[in-house]
This record gives sequence, C-alpha cells and structure tokens, in this order.
Amino acid sequence: MELDPILISRIQFAFVVSFHAIFPVFTIGLAAYVAVLEALHFRTNNPVYLKLSKFWIKVFAVVFGMGVVSGIVMAFQFGTNWSNFAFSASNFLGPVLSYEVVTAFFLEATFLGVLLFGRDKVPKGMHLFSACMVAIGTFISSFWILSANSWMHTPAGVEMVDGMVHMTSWIQAIFNPSFPYRFGHMALASFITGGIVVAGVSAWYLRNGRNIETSKKALKMCVIMLAVATPLQLFVGHEHGLNTFEHQPMKVAAMEGAWETKEGAPLILFAIPDAANERNLFEISIPYLASIVLTKSPSGVVPGLLEVPADERPPVGIVFWSFRVMVALGLIFIAVYLLAAWQLYRGTLYESRRLLQVFTWLIPTPFIAVLAGWFVTEVGRQPWMIQGVMRLDEAVTPSITGWMALVTLIGYIAVYAVVLYAGLFYLTKVIKGGPDPVDKAEDSSSARPKRPWSAVTTSIDDEPEGARA
Amino acid sequence: MELIDLTLIWVGLIGIGVFMYVLMDGFDLGVGILFPFAPNDQARDEMMGSVAPVWDGNETWLILGGAGLLAAFPLIYAVFLPALYIGVFLLLAGLIFRGIAFEFRFKATKNKHLWDYSFFGGSTVASFAQGAVIGAYVQGFETENMRYVGGAFDWLTPFTLMTGLGVVAGYALLGVTWTILKTEGRTQQWAYKVAPWLLGAVIVFFLLVSLWTPLANERVMERWLDNINWLWIFPAATLAFAAWIFTRLRKRAEATPFIGSMVLFAMFYIGVLISMWPYAVPPNYTFWDASSDPGSQLFLLIGFLFLIPIVLGYTAWTYWVFRGKVQPGAGYAGH
Repeated sequence: MELDPILISRIQFAFVVSFHAIFPVFTIGLAAYVAVLEALHFRTNNPVYLKLSKFWIKVFAVVFGMGVVSGIVMAFQFGTNWSNFAFSASNFLGPVLSYEVVTAFFLEATFLGVLLFGRDKVPKGMHLFSACMVAIGTFISSFWILSANSWMHTPAGVEMVDGMVHMTSWIQAIFNPSFPYRFGHMALASFITGGIVVAGVSAWYLRNGRNIETSKKALKMCVIMLAVATPLQLFVGHEHGLNTFEHQPMKVAAMEGAWETKEGAPLILFAIPDAANERNLFEISIPYLASIVLTKSPSGVVPGLLEVPADERPPVGIVFWSFRVMVALGLIFIAVYLLAAWQLYRGTLYESRRLLQVFTWLIPTPFIAVLAGWFVTEVGRQPWMIQGVMRLDEAVTPSITGWMALVTLIGYIAVYAVVLYAGLFYLTKVIKGGPDPVDKAEDSSSARPKRPWSAVTTSIDDEPEGARA
Repeated sequence: MELIDLTLIWVGLIGIGVFMYVLMDGFDLGVGILFPFAPNDQARDEMMGSVAPVWDGNETWLILGGAGLLAAFPLIYAVFLPALYIGVFLLLAGLIFRGIAFEFRFKATKNKHLWDYSFFGGSTVASFAQGAVIGAYVQGFETENMRYVGGAFDWLTPFTLMTGLGVVAGYALLGVTWTILKTEGRTQQWAYKVAPWLLGAVIVFFLLVSLWTPLANERVMERWLDNINWLWIFPAATLAFAAWIFTRLRKRAEATPFIGSMVLFAMFYIGVLISMWPYAVPPNYTFWDASSDPGSQLFLLIGFLFLIPIVLGYTAWTYWVFRGKVQPGAGYAGH
C-alpha cells in the first residue's frame, strides 16, 4: 500500500498540535482565575481566596509544565513536515513565532517565579502584580500564535515574489482580517474551559463533603462567569463565522453541508454528507435559516461547495460533524450554566446533587469542544496551507516519504501517551489532595520557575494525605 | 541598511546561542549519561540535585534556536530538519523523556528506578542525536533549488555515528567534571576515577574526527593546508589543554577540570567553524544565501536584544543562588 506523506503529515500535525493545545487552553483561563483570586484576597484578606489561589496555582503549575514539554515539538514540526511552507513563509512566520518564545521566556523567568515561589518573599502588591502579569503573558503568547495561524487563513500584508513571502506591512499581517475574531473566540474558550474545570472539581468536593467553604466560593464564581461567558461565546462565535463566510466561503459551505449555491438556503440540522456523490443523505433542515443567519436576509445567497472543483473543497464530513459537536456542546454549556445561575439565585445550587454531578461530568467536554472547533477551522482551510496562496501539496517537505511520517507519528503517540498518563495520573493526585491540607514548607531549595512542576510537592506514587476513598 | 550586516549579527547571535546550549545542556545531559554508572542511589540523588535548579533554561535555548533559525536563516531550518527527520524525532523524544524523568523522579518513591532509566535513555539518545547533527552539517546535504532532496538516512553514516558517540563522550566529560565541582565524598571520589577515562575517550574521538573530516572533504582539507602556518595552534592548544586537565584531575582540583572541559568544547566549536565557514548549508549555500529578508531579521533583532540580557541575567542569578556544593537531599521535593 502506498502511504500518502501529505495525509500522514496532516494527521501527525493534527495530533501533536491537538495534544499541545489542550494545555494552554486550560492554563490561559486558569491564570486569569488565579489573578482574580489574588486580587480578591488582596482587597478582602479573606483566607478562602488565599486557599483557593494556592491550590489552583499548583494545578496551574502541573498543566503549564505539560504544555511546555509538548510545546518543544511544535517548534520543529513546520521544518520537519512542512519545510516548503516554512521556507516560503519564513519572513513572516519566523519572527512572529520567535516573539512567542521571547514572550514565554520572559514570562516564565520573571513573573511566574514570583507567583509560584515568591508569596512570602515579596510585598503583597508585587505578588498580585505578578499574578496579573502571568495572566496577561499567557494572552500575549497566544496573541502571536493566533496571529500566525489567522494569517494562514486570511493572509495580508505580504506579497509573493518567486514563491517567497515578502513583507509589505507588519501591522496588516499581524492584525490580519480573521485575527481579532479568532483571538476573541479563543480567549472566551479559555475562560470557559478554565471555569468548567474549576466548577467540576469544586462540585466533586461538595458532593464528597470536602473543602465545603472554598468549593462553594469557587463554584459560585465560576457559575456567574459561565452564565455570562457561554452565551457571549455564541455571539462571538457567530461573528467569527460571518468573518469566515466573507473570507473562506467554502469552509462555511462545508460547515453547513451546502452543496448547491442557494438563495434562501436552509439550515441543516442533521445529515450525512456524501462527498462522492456531492449530496447529503438523511437531511433534516430548517428552511431559509442559513441565509438568515449568514446574510441577515431570507433570500440571501449562500454559496455551495459545487462552486469550486472537487480538489479545492475541504473534506466535508469532518468539518460538518466537528462543527455540530462544537455547537451542540456550546448549547449544552449555555443551558447548564444558565440553569445553575438560576439555582444560585434561588439559593438551591449547592444542594442540587444532580446538577453538581453534571458539573463534574462536564470536565472533559470543553476540551472536546475546543478541539472540534480547531478541526472545523483547520480542516475547513483544506486544501490550502495559506488560503488562496499555497496548497498543501506545495507546502509539504519534498523529501518526506509516507513511512517516515508514519514512524514518527507512532513515535509521538507513544511518547505523548507516557507524558499524558504520568501527567494526568499526577494531576488527579494533586486534585484529590485538595486545597485543605496545610502546605508543606514552601518546597525544596531547587525549585525554579522554568520547572513549574517543582512548585508542587505531592508525591506521584504515595497515597495523597488529603484523599479519602 | 547597508551599513550594518544583519546576517553577520545573526550568525553571531545564533552561534553564541548554540554554544550556550551545548555547554549548559551538555553537562546536565552528561549527568544523565553517567546515571546508571553512579556508585549508589545517594550519588544519583546528589547528581540530579546538582543540575535540578539549573537545567531548566536550557531547553529555551533550543526552542529559541529553532524559532530563531526559522526567522533569520530559514534555509538552514528548511534543509536541516527534513534531512535529519528521524534524528530530530529522536532528539525531541529523548529530551521529553529526560524532562519528565527529571520532574517525576523527585516526586517518586516506589518507582524511582523507572525514572532513572528514562533519565539515562533520554539523555543519551538526545546527546547522540546532537552529535549526529554536527556530523551531518560537516558532511553536507544534497540539495536542489534550495530544497533537500536526499534520503531519510543520508545523515546516518560512519562519520556521523562517530561524531554522535563523540558528543556522548564529551557531554559525559562535562557531566563528570561538573559532578566533581558540585559534590563531595564518595560521589566525588567516583567522579575523579571516571573522569580521566572520559577525557581519554574524548581526545581519541577528537583525533579521529580531526583526521577524518579533511580526508573526507576537500574544501576542509584546503582550508587547513592553506593556513596551516597559523591554524596549527588550534589542535596543538586543544591537546595541551587536555593534558592540563589531566594533571589537574590528578591533583584533585575541583573547579579547573570543569572549566577546562568547557574550554575544550569551545576549541572543538571554533575548529568546526574554521572548517565550515562561511557555509550554512554545505556544500552549496553560505549564511548569506540562507538568510531571510533584512526587514524580518531586524524585526526580530529588536526582541532578541531585549530578551538576551534577561536570559543571561536569569541564568547568572540561578547559578549564583545555587553556588557551592549540592546539599544532600536538595532538589528533593517534600518527602
């Protein structure tokens, strides 16, 4: 069997970047939460906030460490599997990605150190400032990454000369047309992810009768935030979709499962797209709704996939289904957290054990929603590496063969399986330990900010002291 | 723009960056390579404790190098990585295992030995891969129209096998002399015993590579023969330095063997640069061929000029805080 190096390289990139993405998506939200907790503690001196902050800083340190480990691979993926793309786009991509590294180092070497280890060594205001800077720093990091990514969807500020990207405007390239939408959508996704995890863990403590006071506080904060953020995300996501409709109509056509260009296009709720025969099976749809959503007019035109030749269409099934998974989860989040906010208002939230159970069940789902969203936008860009400029087959490393990509793909899966297993196993221990046990003496003398795991002292293979089966 | 040669500045920056990486990650990878040969578990604890506070910044140099290369010398990035495809994977996998072993060994009690093996395996594989990269650079790449067109294992030759093993030996030497500097008692005694053998191995590899490189590569041969009237200083100084380290080891000196080993590495590094200059992707492309637009080089230079003092400051501060002998049990979190 002939192994297709492009396909396997795509799977490999999707795998390593998906694995990496789940960590920053969580830490960005968590860093903001920690900063809020620190600010509240600074103002009120309420020890509950301090206890919560100390605990979530530990979780932050572990997850941040996993993000750093898996991030190393990302710096090399463009060169190993997509060298023609990396070379052609280097004038833009190189500096932008390097600035992310610069930001990350600066952040880790300075403010993260104070946040993790400096509580008793610096003035309170300085510690709060560091917490805020870590939160802002994680945003600046994602700013650069999302700028580079958005530029691949909506390239701007450059001209192509002899197959090489040359800069005409840094501002236009960095703030390219899809960047503000993607950044906003992603930032909200991080808040929601962080909030759902904190809410789920707090609900688990409550159901087990542990850490009652801190968990009620944390749950209340999260529910209020989520009741605002999840409906807002629907709006921001919609705006992002309209931006995509303007710049990448074929991606939207795949999301909608629209084959033919239609005036007054229906919104398809369910279908099985059949790419071979260019049609949908078992379609259930609401008439005119797609046109209303996308063009604000029931007779508006929604272009279909048949507008372009088959080899310029994205793989419809993956985009179509990923989009529905993302939207469905988003709607579930809105329903659950609006209901929770209502119960909070009525004062019955902490007693409704069923809802608390749902919060805990929801812990993995924001990660699924985020990855599904990335699948929509990235797979939806196919067959382009840089939309309208460079195709995947022009972007792939010319010397790569199918088996090379396959062997390293299996290798990365094996390595990451170990990392994830050890990391999650350890994270579970830390969380089972909970915020209540008194902190051990602030760690060993060799603790360093660039080794965030050194901020956490829980043993990996002993029974955690706070845990009760 | 013509007044300043940005490409030359970037050669300097990346050159210093790579050298910093080799020195700093070199000795802690070396400690990993020596791990299974340490006399006992307490020695392993001490050795790991001695590098625990300082190894952290090193991988930043590597990522910075990767991203910096893409920004300043995209051709190097786009030829080396495809050509060394399998080697790059081994390097990254090795570094990842080494990294998590580092962190989890401190937190483990029952399964400590498992993390010992990952630490050793990860360090050794990563070191070998780095040596093979240097060998592949000297060896050159098959390119056409600025694209790598060779095979997956072109990089793996007897020559790169040797440079790979040479770097493993060299890092082990850095690691063992670091151990001498940072430990006492039984661990240090053991390090004194091992160090001369490693030094000998490094010199053997040095001689082999020094003779093999010009024989395999006409351009390198010419470079050295045409300038032999002053270039002889470098190999002579290298050997003299090695002899000096050897006598310092016999006198049980603590700091000079490590400093001497670092100087030895500097000599190797300069030797490679003399042989290869000005080629970035031999045999066809120089650093100027490989560079990106001046505008891009300048844009990133601003960030780097701001960052590098911070990196150096952070590094210097860390070494200052953790100066002196490692305390038994240091780096040993909590339990």
